[in-house]
This record gives sequence, C-alpha cells and structure tokens, in this order.
Amino acid sequence: MRFVDEYRQEADARKFVEAIRGVIRRPWHLMEICGGQTHTLIKSGIDRLLPDEITLVHGPGCPVCVTPIEQIERAIVIARRPEVIFTSFGDMLRVPGATSDLLSVKSEGGDVRIVYSPLDAVRLAEQNPDRQVVFFAVGFETTAPANAMAVWAAQEKGLENFSVLSSHVLVPPAMEAILSSRESRVQGFLAAGHVCAVMGYWEYEPLAEKYRIPIVVTGFEPLDLLQGVFMTVTALEEGRWGVENQYARSVQRDGNQPAQDLLKKVFRTCDRAWRGIGEIPNSGLALRPELERFDAEKRFAVEGIEAEESPDCIAGEILQGLKKPQECSAFGGRCTPEHPLGAPMVSSEGACAAYFQYGRAEAILTAMPAIDE
Amino acid sequence: MCLGVPGKVIEIQENPVGMTMGRVSFGGIVKEVCLAYTPGVDVGDYVVVHVGFAISTIDEDEANKVFEFLREMDELGELDVPQPGDGVSGSTSGSGVAGGGVS
Amino acid sequence: MFGGACPLPLSDYPTVQLAHGGGGRLSQILVEQLFGKAFSNPTLEEYHDGAILEAADGRLAFSTDSFVVRPLFFPGGSIGSLAVHGTVNDVAMCGARPLALSAGYILEEGFPMADLWRIVEAMRDAAIAAGVSIVTGDTKVVDRGKGDGVYINTTGIGVIRPGVEISPRRARPGDRILLSGRIAEHGIAIMSVREGLEFETRLVSDSVAVSPLVDALLTRYPEQTHVLRDPTRGGVASALNEIASQARAGMRIEEGSIPLAEEVRGACEILGFDPLYVANEGKCLAIVAPEIAAAAVEIWRAHPLGREAADIGEVVEEHPGRVFLRSTIGGMRVVDMLSGEQLPRIC
Repeated sequence: MRFVDEYRQEADARKFVEAIRGVIRRPWHLMEICGGQTHTLIKSGIDRLLPDEITLVHGPGCPVCVTPIEQIERAIVIARRPEVIFTSFGDMLRVPGATSDLLSVKSEGGDVRIVYSPLDAVRLAEQNPDRQVVFFAVGFETTAPANAMAVWAAQEKGLENFSVLSSHVLVPPAMEAILSSRESRVQGFLAAGHVCAVMGYWEYEPLAEKYRIPIVVTGFEPLDLLQGVFMTVTALEEGRWGVENQYARSVQRDGNQPAQDLLKKVFRTCDRAWRGIGEIPNSGLALRPELERFDAEKRFAVEGIEAEESPDCIAGEILQGLKKPQECSAFGGRCTPEHPLGAPMVSSEGACAAYFQYGRAEAILTAMPAIDE
Repeated sequence: MCLGVPGKVIEIQENPVGMTMGRVSFGGIVKEVCLAYTPGVDVGDYVVVHVGFAISTIDEDEANKVFEFLREMDELGELDVPQPGDGVSGSTSGSGVAGGGVS
Repeated sequence: MFGGACPLPLSDYPTVQLAHGGGGRLSQILVEQLFGKAFSNPTLEEYHDGAILEAADGRLAFSTDSFVVRPLFFPGGSIGSLAVHGTVNDVAMCGARPLALSAGYILEEGFPMADLWRIVEAMRDAAIAAGVSIVTGDTKVVDRGKGDGVYINTTGIGVIRPGVEISPRRARPGDRILLSGRIAEHGIAIMSVREGLEFETRLVSDSVAVSPLVDALLTRYPEQTHVLRDPTRGGVASALNEIASQARAGMRIEEGSIPLAEEVRGACEILGFDPLYVANEGKCLAIVAPEIAAAAVEIWRAHPLGREAADIGEVVEEHPGRVFLRSTIGGMRVVDMLSGEQLPRIC
C-alpha cells in the first residue's frame, strides 16, 4: 500500500534510531498525544528501539478511554429501549460503564450495531422510519467533522428518527491541562497528526510559547513516529521550543477549512468531563441550540444519569502520563481485556490494553540479550 | 485516536446539492467515502480517510521529504546529522538558552 | 461438478417444515432425496442407524466441529463447504488421511429448501474434492426464530500412517515454523459482507481442504514433521500461542515473511485489525525439523494450494509459552492470544 509500506522499512527506521542516538545527550520525557500513535509504537516495537534516555509517556488521545462513565451509562439505557437501533464504532461496545457494557446489552437483546461511518447510521435511520436510530458520536477533532456531517445530513433529509449521543473532546485544552499540572513530567509533545489535519496547528503555537516546549505534529507510521521523536529530541537538546510539522504530507498550518466550517455550524464549545481526569473547561463540543432536537440525551431524557468509577482503576493518572499501566495494582490481575475495570484496558488504543497485548513480556525481553539478531 | 488510512480516489460522484461522495481504494479494497471535506481532490489523488471521510489530500512532494532527509543523512554520514527543519516544512519555533531545560 | 436444481419438489415444500425433522415420511423424503442424492455412496445408502467402515490397521484420528457462520453464503464458500473443510482439516492436522464424515443438521422451520440444496451441493462438492465420503447423518428442525437458518455439525475420521507422530509437544528449539500461504482471507471475506461494514473486494474466503498439503509433506517427511495446526478462529497468532504453551517452548516469527494479500492489508488497515488474529479456513501451519524446512517449503510451493508457502520463524528455548514477532522495522513485540472478538477499531 502506497504511503504505508514505505514508512515501515527497517533500514530507514535504523537510520532514524541512529540519528536519535547521535543527538541525544540527556534524559527526556516525551508524550505522544494520540492512542493511535501509542498503538504503532508498541505494535512495531519502536519503544524498544529507542535509546534509554527517552521515556515515552502515553497521552489521553483515545476517545474510547476518555468518554465519561456516565455517558456510557446513558448509552446503555438508550440502547436497551425496544424502539432504538443503537449504532456505534466497534471499540465502544466493550467499554465498561458502571453497570454493564454495550456488548452485554446486545447479548440481552438490545439492537446494538457496529457501523464504519456515522453516515451508515443516517442510512439506517432512512431505512427504518419506524425505529429511533441513535449514533454514539465520540471522538476528537478528527472524528467531529464526520459526526457533524451526519447531523447536518439528517437535518437536510428531515429525519425525525435520528439522534446522536455526543461525547466530543478537544486536544489543546487537554494538553494545556497536562502542561499546567505540577506533577507533569512531559518535556515535549508529539502532537496528533490527524487532529491537526482537520484543525491545523496554529492553536498549539501559543501553548508552545507559554510553556516553552517543543511540539511536533507527527504522523502514525513507524517512520513518522521515529522522525517525530528525532525532531523533538533535537529541539530539546538545542534548547528550542515551538511547533514543527513532521506530517506535512497531510497537515497544513490552518488545517481543513471546509471541515472546520461545518464543525462551527453544528457544534459549539462546551466544558467536558474526561473519564478518569475530570472536567476540563472548553474541552468538548456540544450540538448548537438550533440542532438540539438531534441530541439523544434530551430526546431520551437521560441527562440526569450519574455513575461512579471503580476505585481500583488509576486510568486518570495513566491518561495524564503520571503513571504507566504496570504501576497499577490491578493491571493484568483484576483488570484484563476480558474483565476490564477501566476504559484504557478495552480499546486497542488504550495504553493498558496495548501494554497488555504487546508489551507484557517486557521483562522477558529485557532479560534476553541480543534478541534482534 | 484516529485511524486514518491513505487510499487512492478512483471515482468522484459530484453532487451539486448534497455531499460529494467517491470511491476510494485501499490496496484493492474499495469503500464509499465522503469527499465533501477535500473539494479539490482529483481521481488518482491519495487521501487520508477516517470513518468514511477524506480529511486531507496527501501532498506527494511533502511525502518524499522524509526520504530526501534520510538520503541527506546518508550522504553526510552518521557523525553529522542535518537539522530536522531541513526535512520538513512549516515550523514555527523559538529558542531558549542552549543546554537549558525546556519545560 | 453436478449442478442442477433441488431434487425435492419445491412446489410441495418450498421451505423446511417442522415435520422434516419429525422422523416420519417428510423426514424420509428429505434424507433420501436430498441428502442421499447429494452424498450418494454405498455406506450411506444402507440408511442404517450408523455407518460401518472397514477397520484400518494402526491409529485413527477423530474430530468434530460445529458450524454457525453468518452469512450462510459468503464470497468463496458457504456454511456447507466450510463444514466439510473445517473437519477434514482438523483430521488432517492429526497427521491423518481423512476418510469419512458425518453430517448433522439443525434446520430452522421455514428455511428455503432451495438454499438447503445449495448448501448440500456445496458439501458434496467439497467432500469429493477432499476425497472423503459423508457416510452418516442426522436432521432436526427447530421452531421458526429459534435458529439462524442452518447449523451444521460434522465429525470426521481418518487414518494415520505409520511413522507419523504429530503433537504440539514435539515442537523443539531450532524447529522452523512453516505457513502454507496468505493469511486472513476467510475472516476478511466474511467481514466484507457483514451488515454495516461492507466493502468491495475481489477477495474470497480461502476455505479449502488442506489435506493434500499435509499428505505431500508427510509422504516425504513423516518423522521430521512435528506439529500441524490449522489457524482458524483466532488466526495464526492464537494457533502459535496454543502450540507454544503446550510445547513449553518459545517462538519467534518475522512479520515481513508472513504472506499477506494487498487487499487483506488494506482491509485490516481500515478496520484496524491485526491480520495475525483473523480467521483462515484453508491454511496450515507446520513445525518441522530445521534440516528439512527449506525442502518442505518447496514441496508446498509445488502444490497449487501452497504456492505462497513460507518459513515464518523458529521455535526457541527462551521465553517458553510466548510468541514474539520481529516487526518490519526491526522492533520486537509479544504476540498474545486473541482476547474476545476483534471489533473494528475505527476510532
């Protein structure tokens, strides 16, 4: 596959690893924002190729992980209604709420369906005029334009049986929350390339300036991540800060204008709770008042539902990069992908699940000499 | 968070009133994709697709830069690594005291 | 193959009735005219309570499997062909030459008789191609709404040739891990027609009896072939993990050497799947002594079913029970068992 294969070549990856070794002098903590980047890092084994001076801290960029537990409960309540076809991206189905999860609702007879695109949910609403079709609209800035288009299309088509349970979050306020935290160890960011493809990266410039930190907009292939690390480390070693763009093949400074235009027509900024982290001001998107009839929370009157997190789960600290999954007492024991306590153990982008699946034998590997022949 | 997959646009269905849709091939797998957010795209272009929407058109010149950068690195030898800015475009940066911590 | 229309007069019974499983006249018509016609062989035509087979010298392999696939018809096959291939392959993985199958059907009342005939025809064709006879069977009908159209159980029996000793415990450090061809095509073909996730592809299921590949390998290297496994549900990753844990040995595989069609890669990218965990229905993993590995790959490549066979890794002493993969960029990671079903990772 073009624009995939050429970024997964060993010889080139080695060159970047060498280049990073060439510039690094001191230990650094870098955070990759996006769960998709965490997935690539661990799946391709990059975390083990990098010099020991680099500590990668996994960021909060996993929509499945940060969707608040009460929103999962609301989804469960709506999905149990007999008139509802509840549609969602696949990952969300396993996320534990306080009482159940959507996959269990499905097995109990709820009409829960996986869709590839929000437009598939709109199509279902057209095909099933006697049913209520609800789409679980989660995601960051990358996914928001797609979900916005679904609402817009439903309005244009005059669909009265379509609504969205919305839980959109925004990256820059979360980055600021991490940077302003006194406990934060993060010294450089690999910003999420696909979020920036939509929003551009001008919003990060004041952040980089205020906190004097390098932020490198980074892609998702192994070579992208290695180059992103190289650029961040080089800036750190040279004492530079600011925003650089590793992912220029897909990202421009101003982002995608048509997508931003529709976002503004459909959504407004709101305060939003992040699972495990708490409320972050102006960090979410909600439907604009004139489109509130598409809001499933209002349509099914579930706004009052509250829920409590398992006290054993330290997902919040993991999502803020304060702790690693193995530092959790429940990791791999009381909390596994089969029986997750918290969301990061569910999503394959979640840091805990990624560690569980790909990194569990870290200790074995470390104890083994010369593994990469 | 955001699985974005590069695919080749093989058909564009212009729609003057509604959304522009198209067909995009991912190594031979073809999906219907909304092209409303990439209005300038042509058949044969590569786009990054997320949940059925093209969110950007891939700039081939920019895509080549990482490999140009690697070639330069080869030519310069391992001791003398070029500045990262050489391999990328669009950077806005300040600089602090060399050797100082950044955060 | 035979082709042709359903031999039952569809005007009388266009769909399956409860009485087709009731043991009376309708049952008899179904068994004799539909199944009997398709699977025709002397053993079956005894219409006895069971089949009587000639006893073989030596050891028998015996395996059973149930099939509940949805959709019933998919690109490259159907529940019928799958029900034959699945059990034939399980028998073959014991190092045996498959001989005979039983076929048990659970039919849902109202299921179209013409579709049942298509399924039965597919079973007949698959059985002929695999060189097995369907010698005994059973039919039950459940109330409408209590089944998914058709469920099939098949049980197979086969004869193990002298000198062959296939067991996961025989995997030992230094052995090579061979794979008979491109992976993940069955799972992806099924996914391409699942509601809500449809995509266009020329890809079809790889569903096929791999017994000829096993036969070719065991004819030449009966003793040096240590383990055989068909990586069905859970894919290559789960199959290797099972062997590693049974053998108490470690494994290392090379991502770059695993045969993969471009379309499978494309589909896995958009769905966020790892092809190592996607089901196969026509592939075989073999763990063989290192000295014959290259020749064994050549034997497979000479066969139409094994043209893309590859040596994908080795059994090692270290990290017993664990499978490691060296990625295309040279990084190492652990390849674990699949936990739960792979759900499209879209976001």
